[in-house]
Amino acid sequence: MLPNSPVFPPVSSTLASKVDLLFFFTVGVSVLFSVLIVATIVAFLVKYRRRHAAETGQEIKGNTLILELAWSIIPLGLVMISFFWGAAVFFESSRPPADAWSFHVYGKQWMWKVEHPEGKREINEFHVPVNQAVKLTMTSEDVIHNFSVPAFRLKMDVLPGRYTTAWFKATKTGTYHIFCDQYCGVDHSKMVGKIHVLEPQDYQKWLVGGASAGGAVATGGELFVAKACNTCHRSDSSARAPILDGVFGKSVSLADGRTVLADESYVRESILSPASKIVQGYQPIMPTFKDQISEEEIVQLIRYIQDLKPAGAAAAPAAAAPAAGGKS
Amino acid sequence: MSAPASPAETGGTNYLNATHGIGSWLLTRDHKRIGILYLLGISVFFVLGGLMAVLIRAELATPQGDLFSSDVYNRLFTMHGILMIFFFLIPSIPAVLGNFLLPIMIGAKDLAFPRLNLAQLVPLHDRRGDDVRVAPDGRHRHRLDLLHSDVDELRPGQVIVTAVGIFVAGFSSILTGLNFIVTIHRMRAPGLTWFRLPLFVWAHYATSIIQILGTPVIAITILLVGAERLFHIGVFDPKYGGDPVLFQHLFWFYSHPAVYIMILPAMGVMSELVTAFSRKRVFGYHFIAFSSLFIAVIGFLVWGHHMFISGQSVVAGAIFSFLTMLVAIPSAVKVFNWTATLYKGSISLQTPMLYALGFIGVFLIGGLTGVMLGTLGINIYVHDTYFIVAHFHYVMVGSAIMGYLGGLHFWWPKITGRMYNEFWSKISAIVIFIGFNTTFFPQFILGYLGMPRRYHMYPAEFQTWNVLSSAGATILGFGYLMPVVYLLWSLKFGAKAPANPWGAKGLEWETSSPPPVLNFATPPVVTEEAYAYETSTPAKEVTVGV
Repeated sequence: MLPNSPVFPPVSSTLASKVDLLFFFTVGVSVLFSVLIVATIVAFLVKYRRRHAAETGQEIKGNTLILELAWSIIPLGLVMISFFWGAAVFFESSRPPADAWSFHVYGKQWMWKVEHPEGKREINEFHVPVNQAVKLTMTSEDVIHNFSVPAFRLKMDVLPGRYTTAWFKATKTGTYHIFCDQYCGVDHSKMVGKIHVLEPQDYQKWLVGGASAGGAVATGGELFVAKACNTCHRSDSSARAPILDGVFGKSVSLADGRTVLADESYVRESILSPASKIVQGYQPIMPTFKDQISEEEIVQLIRYIQDLKPAGAAAAPAAAAPAAGGKS
Repeated sequence: MSAPASPAETGGTNYLNATHGIGSWLLTRDHKRIGILYLLGISVFFVLGGLMAVLIRAELATPQGDLFSSDVYNRLFTMHGILMIFFFLIPSIPAVLGNFLLPIMIGAKDLAFPRLNLAQLVPLHDRRGDDVRVAPDGRHRHRLDLLHSDVDELRPGQVIVTAVGIFVAGFSSILTGLNFIVTIHRMRAPGLTWFRLPLFVWAHYATSIIQILGTPVIAITILLVGAERLFHIGVFDPKYGGDPVLFQHLFWFYSHPAVYIMILPAMGVMSELVTAFSRKRVFGYHFIAFSSLFIAVIGFLVWGHHMFISGQSVVAGAIFSFLTMLVAIPSAVKVFNWTATLYKGSISLQTPMLYALGFIGVFLIGGLTGVMLGTLGINIYVHDTYFIVAHFHYVMVGSAIMGYLGGLHFWWPKITGRMYNEFWSKISAIVIFIGFNTTFFPQFILGYLGMPRRYHMYPAEFQTWNVLSSAGATILGFGYLMPVVYLLWSLKFGAKAPANPWGAKGLEWETSSPPPVLNFATPPVVTEEAYAYETSTPAKEVTVGV
């Protein structure tokens, strides 16, 4: 073994040790089964080797049904353990905790762009604080990519035209690989980056250092004016459209009787395809902003809308909880 | 015990020397000759696909992309996959051994539709020409089985060429399945009831069902891709308002069952080998037969396990994971039954049996890692890494090729009328087993370390395992070359094969080697179950001359 040739990846997130434990369980059961079968076969090969050319096997008498049932039901039980355990890990990996910080990730041929909650942006580098849950809302600007951090056992497809989410809580400081795991064209293998897990104070230091991006909320506010959203969507207008103050994270009643959670995907859909889900009491008069707005601009608008406090309750603490409606 | 060799046809006319000339081969309706034509065709493509694998492993011996450009590398693994899957693995056992043996095993003169059988050969070879011609031009970057209908808009032309090729070839697959099903239903010899059929036949019956039901779906998908490319109708491409995930659904709805098109026939071969070389009735005949059908049916309900992290809902993920777990049971049942067949047998370790044992070894690893991949909590980590690459090579390459080579060695004397060199064939079976495991086992470790698949360049810390894998590929390459040499050698210098060189049961061993044009001197009548080795004394005259 050459130096610096690991046999096992770093274990650096809360999910990693859970995935590993499940993996070791299945490997253990598999090895046990394989050894038993191979040993049985070898024993039979020796014991029942052909001793003269004309020899044939001896017939087995008796009821073999019980044997057949036994070696169907025992493996069934084992794979069911694997199934339920695996599903539990999977469900946990797909539900970000309520206190997770929200980051946005954009994949494009062939780079990763990351936007921090404060609006700071990075390309192919990603700084995060240790022991802090981080939620990633991801989309692609072209083809399907896949955001993967082996040290966190984290992996999620990044799709064009919609959001996917993933989350992690890093447990060890250090620098780890980011890979694109979905074949995405010629330079697929160059779509790699590094994720740097920092102590909280180092993260804060890193945040204030370097060029500041001015903040997504502020940029979003400028866009809100530039795209003329404010002519309809503000309480000081003649209110031809729903007032957005305090809407984010709440349920909204639609004209067709359904209700929908006003989350990132809903806001994005309403910008790109406004007629899909009309709010009760309003007319479908909004034009689409498809092809007029980039994915990054959409996120800036979402940040801005997320930040809008309910009218007249600016000081109330109720607005603190973000979208994630997870039961703890 | 087998009946003594059939009445002498040896030395007389057989299907090989009955007629002469290229035309008599290319226009033949004899299922045996068509099987030989397939053997020639797929062997050429196996060598080509293998050469590409060698180049891929050579590139991956170093972390830098120093041998080829990324563009060329991507084309290499794409063509390697297309050639090996569509041109070698899918047609391998059914089109070569199935075509040759299925009618003989059920005591028929030919398949139900001999002209159809020839007709399906034409598109298959034709589109092979297409695809290979395209490859060196470098236009062939798109790979349908790799799920990126959206990636490759840079040079749209090549996608259409591949699509047409695979679309036309799909008919070949459907027609083979149809022909086998009708033949098995309608042309069995007198006395050959369903539960007297060799398990090879049951496996091909299950495979044929998948081919008929699954292949139209990939044909529809290809038509949609074509419509999108030519007329810009938004189906899969987000640029036109389509959904690339829909392509994944449709693609895997065919391609997951297609995995069973590759492995079920190999399992059928396994049952023949294990019984013949332990001279014993197969243990759990009904369980093995129905497990094939169960795999064929449930195989249609698990495609979503390729898409756990493609944004499908967590509930859908859980359901697909559950159904995937069920596939493990019939697969395990087969392994247990083969093992139990050895019990109290008379076991001989001749070459085909070595391949059969090798099959069990690699299938254990391939199958059990399949259970790991079906487990949601593990899949979300190892998805799209070398863990997957290792897993499907263990199943599709390790197991399916072990089955194919085992079958080829078992029936080679029947097909050609010649015996091959026993010593060299045993050596090659062992070399292939060692080479295969050295190549692909390190890839499980690479996968768990996180190395993504389809990477032209990779971080330096992965190099040790990659070097080991490339070294294994060299061994494996030599292992695969050896049969080419000694099998060709046997055609000229091999000893003449008797009708039943292994003392095996089955109608194919009751006729001469090679068989006459119409397969049997007199139509056989079956009076006993398959693999009746132990009870053969009372029912000795199985077939000939009744």
